[in-house]
Amino acid sequence: MSMNWIATLGRVALQWLHSLGHAAFFFVDVLRRCPAALRRFSLVVAQVHAIGNLSLVIIVASGLAVGFVLALQMYYALVKYGAAESLGLIVNLALVRELGPVVTALLFAGRAGTSLTAEIGLMKAGEQLAAMEMMAIDPKVRVLAPRFIGGIVSMPILAALFSAIGILGAYVVAVLLIGVDSGNFWSIMQNSVDVWRDVGNGIVKSAVFGVICTAVALYQGYETKATPEGVAYATTRTVVVSSLAVLGMDFILTALMFSTP
Amino acid sequence: MNRKSIETLVGLFVLLGILALVFLALKAANLATFANNDSYAVQARFDNIGGLKVRAPVRSAGVTVGRVTHIGLDGKTFQGVVTLDIEQSYQFPRDTSAKILTSGLLGDQYIGLEPGGDERNLQPGQVITQTQSAVVLENLIGQFLFNKAADAGTEAAAGGKK
Repeated sequence: MSMNWIATLGRVALQWLHSLGHAAFFFVDVLRRCPAALRRFSLVVAQVHAIGNLSLVIIVASGLAVGFVLALQMYYALVKYGAAESLGLIVNLALVRELGPVVTALLFAGRAGTSLTAEIGLMKAGEQLAAMEMMAIDPKVRVLAPRFIGGIVSMPILAALFSAIGILGAYVVAVLLIGVDSGNFWSIMQNSVDVWRDVGNGIVKSAVFGVICTAVALYQGYETKATPEGVAYATTRTVVVSSLAVLGMDFILTALMFSTP
Repeated sequence: MNRKSIETLVGLFVLLGILALVFLALKAANLATFANNDSYAVQARFDNIGGLKVRAPVRSAGVTVGRVTHIGLDGKTFQGVVTLDIEQSYQFPRDTSAKILTSGLLGDQYIGLEPGGDERNLQPGQVITQTQSAVVLENLIGQFLFNKAADAGTEAAAGGKK
Protein backbone atom coordinates (compact mmCIF):
# COMPACT_ATOMS: atom_id res chain seq x y z
CA MET A 1 0.00 0.00 0.00
CA SER A 2 2.76 2.36 0.92
CA MET A 3 4.50 1.50 -2.36
CA ASN A 4 1.52 2.80 -4.30
CA TRP A 5 2.67 6.37 -4.75
CA ILE A 6 6.11 5.18 -5.82
CA ALA A 7 4.47 3.08 -8.50
CA THR A 8 2.43 6.10 -9.58
CA LEU A 9 5.57 8.18 -9.80
CA GLY A 10 7.24 5.50 -11.87
CA ARG A 11 4.25 5.25 -14.18
CA VAL A 12 4.18 9.02 -14.73
CA ALA A 13 7.91 9.07 -15.44
CA LEU A 14 7.61 6.18 -17.90
CA GLN A 15 4.67 7.83 -19.64
CA TRP A 16 6.60 11.06 -19.91
CA LEU A 17 9.64 9.30 -21.34
CA HIS A 18 7.43 7.35 -23.72
CA SER A 19 5.75 10.50 -25.06
CA LEU A 20 9.16 12.20 -25.36
CA GLY A 21 10.47 9.28 -27.42
CA HIS A 22 7.29 9.30 -29.47
CA ALA A 23 7.73 13.00 -30.21
CA ALA A 24 11.39 12.48 -31.13
CA PHE A 25 10.50 9.72 -33.61
CA PHE A 26 7.78 11.95 -35.06
CA PHE A 27 10.28 14.80 -35.42
CA VAL A 28 12.84 12.60 -37.21
CA ASP A 29 10.05 11.22 -39.40
CA VAL A 30 8.98 14.69 -40.55
CA LEU A 31 12.60 15.76 -40.97
CA ARG A 32 13.29 12.82 -43.29
CA ARG A 33 10.35 13.78 -45.48
CA CYS A 34 11.47 17.39 -45.91
CA PRO A 35 13.52 16.78 -49.10
CA ALA A 36 10.50 15.13 -50.71
CA ALA A 37 8.33 18.08 -49.71
CA LEU A 38 10.87 20.53 -51.14
CA ARG A 39 10.37 18.97 -54.56
CA ARG A 40 6.79 20.21 -54.46
CA PHE A 41 7.85 23.75 -53.85
CA SER A 42 4.47 25.42 -54.35
CA LEU A 43 3.18 23.66 -51.24
CA VAL A 44 6.03 25.15 -49.20
CA VAL A 45 5.44 28.61 -50.68
CA ALA A 46 1.77 28.44 -49.74
CA GLN A 47 2.74 27.54 -46.17
CA VAL A 48 5.30 30.35 -45.89
CA HIS A 49 2.45 32.63 -46.92
CA ALA A 50 0.06 31.18 -44.36
CA ILE A 51 2.59 31.11 -41.52
CA GLY A 52 4.85 34.05 -42.32
CA ASN A 53 2.96 36.67 -44.30
CA LEU A 54 -0.18 36.44 -42.23
CA SER A 55 1.84 36.85 -38.99
CA LEU A 56 3.41 40.06 -40.23
CA VAL A 57 0.87 42.47 -38.75
CA ILE A 58 1.10 41.21 -35.19
CA ILE A 59 4.91 40.93 -35.33
CA VAL A 60 5.39 44.44 -36.71
CA ALA A 61 2.89 45.96 -34.26
CA SER A 62 4.47 44.18 -31.28
CA GLY A 63 8.00 45.06 -32.36
CA LEU A 64 7.08 48.72 -32.67
CA ALA A 65 5.36 48.73 -29.27
CA VAL A 66 8.26 46.96 -27.56
CA GLY A 67 10.74 49.41 -29.11
CA PHE A 68 8.67 52.42 -27.99
CA VAL A 69 8.26 51.18 -24.43
CA LEU A 70 11.86 50.02 -24.01
CA ALA A 71 13.14 53.40 -25.17
CA LEU A 72 10.81 55.31 -22.84
CA GLN A 73 11.60 53.20 -19.78
CA MET A 74 15.35 53.05 -20.39
CA TYR A 75 15.47 56.81 -20.87
CA TYR A 76 14.27 57.52 -17.33
CA ALA A 77 16.97 55.27 -15.87
CA LEU A 78 19.79 56.36 -18.19
CA VAL A 79 19.22 60.09 -18.00
CA LYS A 80 20.04 59.94 -14.26
CA TYR A 81 23.57 58.86 -15.17
CA GLY A 82 23.84 61.25 -18.10
CA ALA A 83 24.01 58.30 -20.49
CA ALA A 84 20.88 58.89 -22.53
CA GLU A 85 22.90 58.42 -25.73
CA SER A 86 23.42 54.74 -24.83
CA LEU A 87 19.68 54.25 -25.20
CA GLY A 88 20.04 52.89 -28.72
CA LEU A 89 22.72 50.43 -27.66
CA ILE A 90 20.66 49.01 -24.79
CA VAL A 91 17.50 48.71 -26.86
CA ASN A 92 19.46 47.14 -29.71
CA LEU A 93 21.18 44.51 -27.56
CA ALA A 94 17.99 43.68 -25.67
CA LEU A 95 16.06 43.25 -28.92
CA VAL A 96 18.66 41.50 -31.05
CA ARG A 97 19.88 39.08 -28.39
CA GLU A 98 16.78 38.27 -26.36
CA LEU A 99 13.48 39.99 -26.96
CA GLY A 100 13.46 39.68 -30.74
CA PRO A 101 13.78 35.89 -30.90
CA VAL A 102 11.85 35.12 -27.69
CA VAL A 103 8.87 37.44 -28.06
CA THR A 104 8.59 36.56 -31.74
CA ALA A 105 8.61 32.87 -30.84
CA LEU A 106 5.90 33.36 -28.21
CA LEU A 107 3.75 35.34 -30.65
CA PHE A 108 4.52 32.80 -33.35
CA ALA A 109 3.31 29.97 -31.09
CA GLY A 110 0.12 31.90 -30.43
CA ARG A 111 -0.53 33.09 -33.97
CA ALA A 112 0.84 30.39 -36.27
CA GLY A 113 1.34 27.38 -33.98
CA THR A 114 -2.28 27.25 -32.88
CA SER A 115 -3.57 27.52 -36.42
CA LEU A 116 -1.27 24.68 -37.51
CA THR A 117 -2.44 22.47 -34.65
CA ALA A 118 -6.12 23.23 -35.21
CA GLU A 119 -5.82 22.69 -38.96
CA ILE A 120 -4.07 19.35 -38.69
CA GLY A 121 -6.21 18.27 -35.74
CA LEU A 122 -9.38 18.94 -37.71
CA MET A 123 -7.94 17.16 -40.74
CA LYS A 124 -7.36 14.20 -38.50
CA ALA A 125 -10.81 14.48 -36.88
CA GLY A 126 -12.37 14.64 -40.35
CA GLU A 127 -10.30 11.59 -41.34
CA GLN A 128 -8.69 13.50 -44.20
CA LEU A 129 -5.27 12.23 -43.20
CA ALA A 130 -6.53 8.66 -43.17
CA ALA A 131 -8.15 9.25 -46.58
CA MET A 132 -4.81 10.44 -47.96
CA GLU A 133 -3.13 7.31 -46.73
CA MET A 134 -5.84 5.29 -48.44
CA MET A 135 -4.90 7.02 -51.70
CA ALA A 136 -1.25 6.11 -51.07
CA ILE A 137 -0.34 9.74 -50.39
CA ASP A 138 1.92 10.13 -47.38
CA PRO A 139 0.28 12.85 -45.24
CA LYS A 140 3.63 13.56 -43.64
CA VAL A 141 5.03 14.54 -47.05
CA ARG A 142 1.90 16.28 -48.31
CA VAL A 143 0.72 18.02 -45.10
CA LEU A 144 3.30 18.04 -42.32
CA ALA A 145 6.68 18.58 -44.01
CA PRO A 146 5.67 21.70 -46.03
CA ARG A 147 4.29 23.29 -42.86
CA PHE A 148 7.46 22.38 -41.00
CA ILE A 149 9.69 24.00 -43.63
CA GLY A 150 7.37 26.99 -43.82
CA GLY A 151 7.68 27.53 -40.09
CA ILE A 152 11.47 27.22 -40.07
CA VAL A 153 11.79 29.69 -42.96
CA SER A 154 9.33 32.20 -41.52
CA MET A 155 10.53 32.39 -37.94
CA PRO A 156 14.02 33.94 -38.46
CA ILE A 157 12.58 36.43 -40.95
CA LEU A 158 9.88 37.46 -38.48
CA ALA A 159 12.41 37.76 -35.64
CA ALA A 160 14.76 39.91 -37.74
CA LEU A 161 11.80 42.13 -38.68
CA PHE A 162 10.77 42.36 -35.03
CA SER A 163 14.23 43.53 -33.97
CA ALA A 164 14.63 45.96 -36.86
CA ILE A 165 11.19 47.50 -36.31
CA GLY A 166 11.83 47.68 -32.56
CA ILE A 167 15.07 49.60 -33.11
CA LEU A 168 13.28 51.97 -35.47
CA GLY A 169 10.59 52.42 -32.81
CA ALA A 170 13.24 53.23 -30.24
CA TYR A 171 14.72 55.72 -32.71
CA VAL A 172 11.36 57.44 -33.10
CA VAL A 173 10.90 57.79 -29.33
CA ALA A 174 14.50 58.60 -28.43
CA VAL A 175 15.49 60.92 -31.26
CA LEU A 176 12.25 62.39 -32.56
CA LEU A 177 10.26 62.67 -29.31
CA ILE A 178 12.82 62.96 -26.50
CA GLY A 179 15.58 64.63 -28.50
CA VAL A 180 18.57 62.33 -27.99
CA ASP A 181 21.29 63.16 -30.51
CA SER A 182 20.77 61.09 -33.63
CA GLY A 183 24.46 60.67 -34.47
CA ASN A 184 25.33 59.41 -31.00
CA PHE A 185 22.31 57.12 -30.99
CA TRP A 186 23.60 55.23 -34.03
CA SER A 187 27.37 55.46 -33.49
CA ILE A 188 27.35 54.12 -29.91
CA MET A 189 25.20 51.29 -31.18
CA GLN A 190 27.54 50.53 -34.06
CA ASN A 191 30.58 50.63 -31.79
CA SER A 192 29.36 47.98 -29.41
CA VAL A 193 27.06 45.65 -31.35
CA ASP A 194 28.89 42.88 -33.15
CA VAL A 195 27.42 41.43 -36.32
CA TRP A 196 28.29 37.80 -35.70
CA ARG A 197 28.21 37.68 -31.94
CA ASP A 198 24.99 39.61 -31.38
CA VAL A 199 22.98 39.72 -34.60
CA GLY A 200 24.19 36.31 -35.80
CA ASN A 201 23.48 34.54 -32.54
CA GLY A 202 20.05 36.16 -32.42
CA ILE A 203 19.27 34.68 -35.83
CA VAL A 204 20.53 31.26 -34.73
CA LYS A 205 18.28 31.50 -31.69
CA SER A 206 15.23 32.39 -33.74
CA ALA A 207 15.91 29.49 -36.13
CA VAL A 208 16.06 27.08 -33.17
CA PHE A 209 12.83 28.53 -31.78
CA GLY A 210 11.23 28.17 -35.21
CA VAL A 211 12.06 24.45 -35.22
CA ILE A 212 10.73 24.04 -31.67
CA CYS A 213 7.47 25.93 -32.19
CA THR A 214 6.61 24.34 -35.52
CA ALA A 215 7.52 20.82 -34.41
CA VAL A 216 5.44 21.12 -31.23
CA ALA A 217 2.46 22.52 -33.16
CA LEU A 218 2.61 19.75 -35.77
CA TYR A 219 3.04 17.01 -33.17
CA GLN A 220 0.14 18.24 -31.05
CA GLY A 221 -2.06 18.46 -34.14
CA TYR A 222 -1.05 15.04 -35.43
CA GLU A 223 -1.62 13.35 -32.07
CA THR A 224 -4.97 15.02 -31.40
CA LYS A 225 -7.86 12.97 -30.11
CA ALA A 226 -10.31 13.13 -33.00
CA THR A 227 -12.98 15.09 -31.11
CA PRO A 228 -13.80 18.80 -30.72
CA GLU A 229 -12.49 18.67 -27.13
CA GLY A 230 -9.37 16.92 -28.36
CA VAL A 231 -8.62 19.71 -30.86
CA ALA A 232 -9.27 22.39 -28.23
CA TYR A 233 -6.96 20.59 -25.78
CA ALA A 234 -4.23 20.13 -28.40
CA THR A 235 -4.36 23.82 -29.35
CA THR A 236 -3.93 24.83 -25.72
CA ARG A 237 -1.09 22.36 -25.27
CA THR A 238 0.67 23.81 -28.33
CA VAL A 239 0.86 27.27 -26.76
CA VAL A 240 1.84 26.02 -23.30
CA VAL A 241 4.44 23.48 -24.42
CA SER A 242 6.08 25.62 -27.09
CA SER A 243 6.21 28.70 -24.83
CA LEU A 244 7.85 26.74 -22.01
CA ALA A 245 10.22 25.00 -24.42
CA VAL A 246 11.23 28.34 -25.96
CA LEU A 247 11.88 29.96 -22.58
CA GLY A 248 13.88 26.98 -21.33
CA MET A 249 15.86 26.71 -24.56
CA ASP A 250 16.51 30.45 -24.50
CA PHE A 251 18.24 30.14 -21.15
CA ILE A 252 20.46 27.33 -22.42
CA LEU A 253 21.30 29.14 -25.67
CA THR A 254 22.04 32.41 -23.86
CA ALA A 255 24.34 30.59 -21.44
CA LEU A 256 26.16 28.98 -24.37
CA MET A 257 26.37 32.08 -26.55
CA PHE A 258 26.87 35.01 -24.20
CA SER A 259 28.41 33.58 -21.03
CA THR A 260 31.87 34.92 -21.90
CA PRO A 261 32.08 38.73 -21.86
CA MET B 1 -3.28 33.58 -61.06
CA ASN B 2 -3.96 33.04 -57.36
CA ARG B 3 -0.83 30.98 -57.01
CA LYS B 4 1.16 33.69 -58.75
CA SER B 5 -0.05 36.35 -56.32
CA ILE B 6 0.80 34.15 -53.32
CA GLU B 7 4.30 33.68 -54.70
CA THR B 8 4.64 37.44 -55.07
CA LEU B 9 3.52 37.99 -51.49
CA VAL B 10 5.96 35.40 -50.17
CA GLY B 11 8.71 36.98 -52.26
CA LEU B 12 7.92 40.34 -50.66
CA PHE B 13 7.97 38.71 -47.23
CA VAL B 14 11.42 37.20 -47.79
CA LEU B 15 12.65 40.50 -49.22
CA LEU B 16 11.43 42.30 -46.09
CA GLY B 17 13.36 39.81 -43.98
CA ILE B 18 16.55 40.39 -45.97
CA LEU B 19 16.08 44.16 -45.68
CA ALA B 20 15.67 43.82 -41.92
CA LEU B 21 18.88 41.76 -41.73
CA VAL B 22 20.81 44.26 -43.83
CA PHE B 23 19.52 47.05 -41.60
CA LEU B 24 20.59 45.16 -38.47
CA ALA B 25 24.02 44.39 -39.89
CA LEU B 26 24.88 47.74 -41.46
CA LYS B 27 22.98 50.39 -39.52
CA ALA B 28 22.60 48.78 -36.11
CA ALA B 29 25.86 46.80 -35.87
CA ASN B 30 29.47 47.16 -36.85
CA LEU B 31 29.70 45.41 -40.21
CA ALA B 32 30.19 48.71 -42.02
CA THR B 33 33.35 49.49 -40.03
CA PHE B 34 34.91 46.30 -41.35
CA ALA B 35 34.40 47.24 -44.97
CA ASN B 36 38.05 47.76 -45.82
CA ASN B 37 39.87 44.62 -44.84
CA ASP B 38 43.35 45.65 -45.92
CA SER B 39 45.30 45.91 -42.72
CA TYR B 40 48.62 45.00 -41.20
CA ALA B 41 49.36 43.65 -37.74
CA VAL B 42 51.90 45.05 -35.29
CA GLN B 43 52.50 44.15 -31.68
CA ALA B 44 52.89 46.27 -28.58
CA ARG B 45 54.09 45.21 -25.13
CA PHE B 46 52.62 46.74 -22.01
CA ASP B 47 53.48 46.27 -18.34
CA ASN B 48 49.78 46.49 -17.55
CA ILE B 49 46.92 46.56 -20.04
CA GLY B 50 44.27 47.51 -17.47
CA GLY B 51 40.80 46.86 -18.82
CA LEU B 52 41.73 46.73 -22.51
CA LYS B 53 39.63 44.27 -24.47
CA VAL B 54 39.90 42.53 -27.81
CA ARG B 55 38.22 44.66 -30.55
CA ALA B 56 39.00 47.88 -28.70
CA PRO B 57 39.75 50.71 -31.13
CA VAL B 58 43.25 51.91 -31.99
CA ARG B 59 43.28 55.67 -32.40
CA SER B 60 45.74 58.23 -33.57
CA ALA B 61 44.88 61.89 -32.95
CA GLY B 62 41.42 60.63 -31.98
CA VAL B 63 40.79 59.00 -35.34
CA THR B 64 40.12 55.27 -35.31
CA VAL B 65 42.80 53.62 -37.46
CA GLY B 66 42.48 49.99 -36.39
CA ARG B 67 41.44 47.47 -33.77
CA VAL B 68 42.99 45.25 -31.11
CA THR B 69 42.80 41.69 -32.43
CA HIS B 70 44.57 39.65 -29.78
CA ILE B 71 45.76 40.00 -26.20
CA GLY B 72 48.20 37.57 -24.61
CA LEU B 73 50.81 37.31 -21.88
CA ASP B 74 54.51 36.85 -22.57
CA GLY B 75 55.57 34.00 -20.30
CA LYS B 76 59.19 35.21 -20.00
CA THR B 77 58.86 38.94 -19.39
CA PHE B 78 55.35 38.79 -17.94
CA GLN B 79 54.23 41.63 -20.14
CA GLY B 80 50.91 41.90 -21.89
CA VAL B 81 51.33 41.38 -25.64
CA VAL B 82 48.69 43.21 -27.64
CA THR B 83 48.28 42.65 -31.37
CA LEU B 84 46.94 45.63 -33.31
CA ASP B 85 45.41 45.53 -36.76
CA ILE B 86 46.00 48.86 -38.46
CA GLU B 87 44.45 49.85 -41.77
CA GLN B 88 46.82 49.64 -44.69
CA SER B 89 46.23 53.24 -45.68
CA TYR B 90 47.71 54.51 -42.41
CA GLN B 91 51.48 54.11 -42.13
CA PHE B 92 53.24 55.03 -38.90
CA PRO B 93 56.93 55.81 -38.24
CA ARG B 94 59.11 53.12 -36.74
CA ASP B 95 59.40 54.87 -33.34
CA THR B 96 55.68 55.38 -32.80
CA SER B 97 54.65 55.06 -29.18
CA ALA B 98 51.48 53.40 -27.89
CA LYS B 99 49.46 54.35 -24.83
CA ILE B 100 46.44 52.77 -23.23
CA LEU B 101 43.94 55.55 -22.73
CA THR B 102 40.37 55.85 -21.52
CA SER B 103 37.62 57.57 -23.48
CA GLY B 104 35.84 59.84 -21.03
CA LEU B 105 35.89 59.39 -17.29
CA LEU B 106 34.30 55.96 -17.19
CA GLY B 107 34.47 54.98 -20.85
CA ASP B 108 36.07 52.02 -22.58
CA GLN B 109 39.82 51.80 -22.93
CA TYR B 110 41.54 52.17 -26.26
CA ILE B 111 45.07 52.36 -27.63
CA GLY B 112 46.38 55.76 -28.65
CA LEU B 113 49.27 55.87 -31.14
CA GLU B 114 51.63 58.81 -31.08
CA PRO B 115 53.81 58.98 -34.19
CA GLY B 116 57.54 59.59 -33.77
CA GLY B 117 60.01 61.16 -36.16
CA ASP B 118 61.68 58.13 -37.74
CA GLU B 119 61.77 58.08 -41.53
CA ARG B 120 61.27 54.34 -41.75
CA ASN B 121 57.73 53.06 -41.28
CA LEU B 122 56.40 50.32 -39.03
CA GLN B 123 56.47 47.04 -40.88
CA PRO B 124 53.91 44.24 -40.41
CA GLY B 125 54.87 42.04 -37.45
CA GLN B 126 57.14 44.59 -35.81
CA VAL B 127 56.89 45.41 -32.13
CA ILE B 128 56.14 48.87 -30.75
CA THR B 129 58.66 49.27 -27.95
CA GLN B 130 57.75 52.62 -26.46
CA THR B 131 54.57 52.03 -24.55
CA GLN B 132 52.72 53.49 -21.63
CA SER B 133 50.58 51.19 -19.54
CA ALA B 134 47.04 51.72 -18.45
CA VAL B 135 46.50 53.81 -15.36
CA VAL B 136 45.35 51.59 -12.53
CA LEU B 137 43.36 53.52 -9.97
CA GLU B 138 44.66 51.54 -7.00
CA ASN B 139 48.29 52.23 -7.93
CA LEU B 140 47.48 55.90 -8.42
CA ILE B 141 45.85 56.18 -4.98
CA GLY B 142 48.66 54.17 -3.41
CA GLN B 143 51.24 56.52 -4.89
CA PHE B 144 49.29 59.55 -3.72
CA LEU B 145 49.05 58.23 -0.16
CA PHE B 146 52.72 57.32 -0.17
CA ASN B 147 53.69 60.82 -1.28
CA LYS B 148 51.42 62.34 1.37
CA ALA B 149 53.04 60.20 4.04
CA ALA B 150 56.50 61.10 2.80
CA ASP B 151 55.64 64.82 2.85
CA ALA B 152 54.20 64.53 6.35
CA GLY B 153 57.35 62.68 7.42
CA THR B 154 59.73 65.36 6.11
CA GLU B 155 57.59 68.11 7.64
CA ALA B 156 57.58 66.36 10.97
CA ALA B 157 61.34 65.89 10.77
CA ALA B 158 61.83 69.58 9.90
CA GLY B 159 59.52 70.60 12.75
CA GLY B 160 61.43 68.42 15.19
CA LYS B 161 64.71 70.15 14.41
CA LYS B 162 63.39 73.61 15.16
